[in-house]
Amino acid sequence: MEENMKDIILEYVIEEYCDEEDDEVTYDTPLISGGLVDSFSMVSLKRFLENKYKISIPDADASPEAFDTVNSIEALVKRFL
Amino acid sequence: MAYSDKVKAIYQDQLKSIQDAGLFKQERFIHSSQAADIEVEFPTGSSIKKVINVCANNYLGLSSHPEILKAAHDGLDSRGYGMSSVRFICGTQDIHRELENKVSEFLGTEDTILFPSCMDANAGVFEAILTSEDVMISDRLVHASIIDGMRLCPAQHDTFKHSNMEHLEKKLQLHANKRLKVVINDGVYSMDGDTAKLDEMAALCEKYDALLFVDDSHSTGFIGKTGRGTHEKCGVMGKIDIITTTFGKALGGASGGCVSGRKEIVEMCRQKARPYLFSNTIAPVVVSGVLRVLDILSKSTERRDKLEANTKFWRDGLTDAGFILKDGDTPIVSVMLFNAKLSQDFSRDLFDLGIYAIGFFFPVVPQGAARIRTQISAGHEMHHLEKALDAFIQVGKKYEILGKTKQEIIDRYGC
Repeated sequence: MEENMKDIILEYVIEEYCDEEDDEVTYDTPLISGGLVDSFSMVSLKRFLENKYKISIPDADASPEAFDTVNSIEALVKRFL
Repeated sequence: MAYSDKVKAIYQDQLKSIQDAGLFKQERFIHSSQAADIEVEFPTGSSIKKVINVCANNYLGLSSHPEILKAAHDGLDSRGYGMSSVRFICGTQDIHRELENKVSEFLGTEDTILFPSCMDANAGVFEAILTSEDVMISDRLVHASIIDGMRLCPAQHDTFKHSNMEHLEKKLQLHANKRLKVVINDGVYSMDGDTAKLDEMAALCEKYDALLFVDDSHSTGFIGKTGRGTHEKCGVMGKIDIITTTFGKALGGASGGCVSGRKEIVEMCRQKARPYLFSNTIAPVVVSGVLRVLDILSKSTERRDKLEANTKFWRDGLTDAGFILKDGDTPIVSVMLFNAKLSQDFSRDLFDLGIYAIGFFFPVVPQGAARIRTQISAGHEMHHLEKALDAFIQVGKKYEILGKTKQEIIDRYGC
């Protein structure tokens, strides 16, 4: 289940944010601090997670730090499951 | 005293962090008018150096044009210096409305409203015309002022990959149930110099019943056969619902901006846009200058034609020398260096050789995409461009990057 959630998030991140020429993205790749995802574009990821896992993530918890890697995103989602 | 040592220390720490990250911005004082040849004091306190400017938004070379100066003087004499009021109280002169009508005519739109700047136009337009029932779908590389404007608006927002029409179409499908959908993009992107696919976007907007917004600040006056902008170049004049643009770049370069487009949308801005309602509009002296600029550009394409020729010379020269450029055909020509420090060293060496061009790096541009951004002008003569090109080649040779691939440059300097 844990691996599955990470893979689902990783797949969305690659599909939504990456271009063909981008480096490989892993569970630990810094998405926001690394410049791959800007904080403004993060909103579509938040919306995806809320719809996919039927949760509501308060804006105060949807920080750039919490969304910075697939690992941290998974931890965030689990807090609200 | 409220400004205690504790408060002071907080700001000092923040400023130090900016400095430590190498992101501290310093102004370079220019002791002359804005033009191809300028006199610069840099670093502060040093003697004044004459350099060729290849980083101004002075695309048409009109910033210090004698006819514009004369028009500005005339405007100052006939309409005074300031308005001391917002537009809807007693801050509107006949020439403000005259300029709005002239801009509409020039851009081929229904109506126009002036703003103190295009930053203000972008900050005010979305909140004025959208509600929480609507969605804004923006290109990921739109200008910071558009992002600020979207943040101030209660409508939902979403983004699509830069210039990726398949991704945009998916987003239009995803938000099909919204009351209003607005697709938002820049006409010419200021860092890469590429042009939006406005023809494809207009078709998608028609298919999915969405409004189309474009910020044409880096286009108005010189992109398109007669310089009307990206919509002219892409063959979609009359199909853009909202255009924002600036008078602070090609159109004389002083200040001011506008929202131009559908009549009802412009009227909504006049009723609700906060930067319009709560700030003085453009000073009469600037209005008079811009009116003259539009007269000049409406009568002749000479300046935009010269800019096009200068741009071709510059792009061809750099490419032939072995530099890696961002693709495009606009006067924004980015010379890719990839490494942040290299971009700063390169800029400093150019300055030593009499060429003023700035290096950009993360977070202004994506990580690993550091570059020298050059901007060509109709005010450049061939001797300016030849000297600048010689300097670029000289510095390029010093760092041994000419003819090298992106990977080779990254292998040597990192990214």
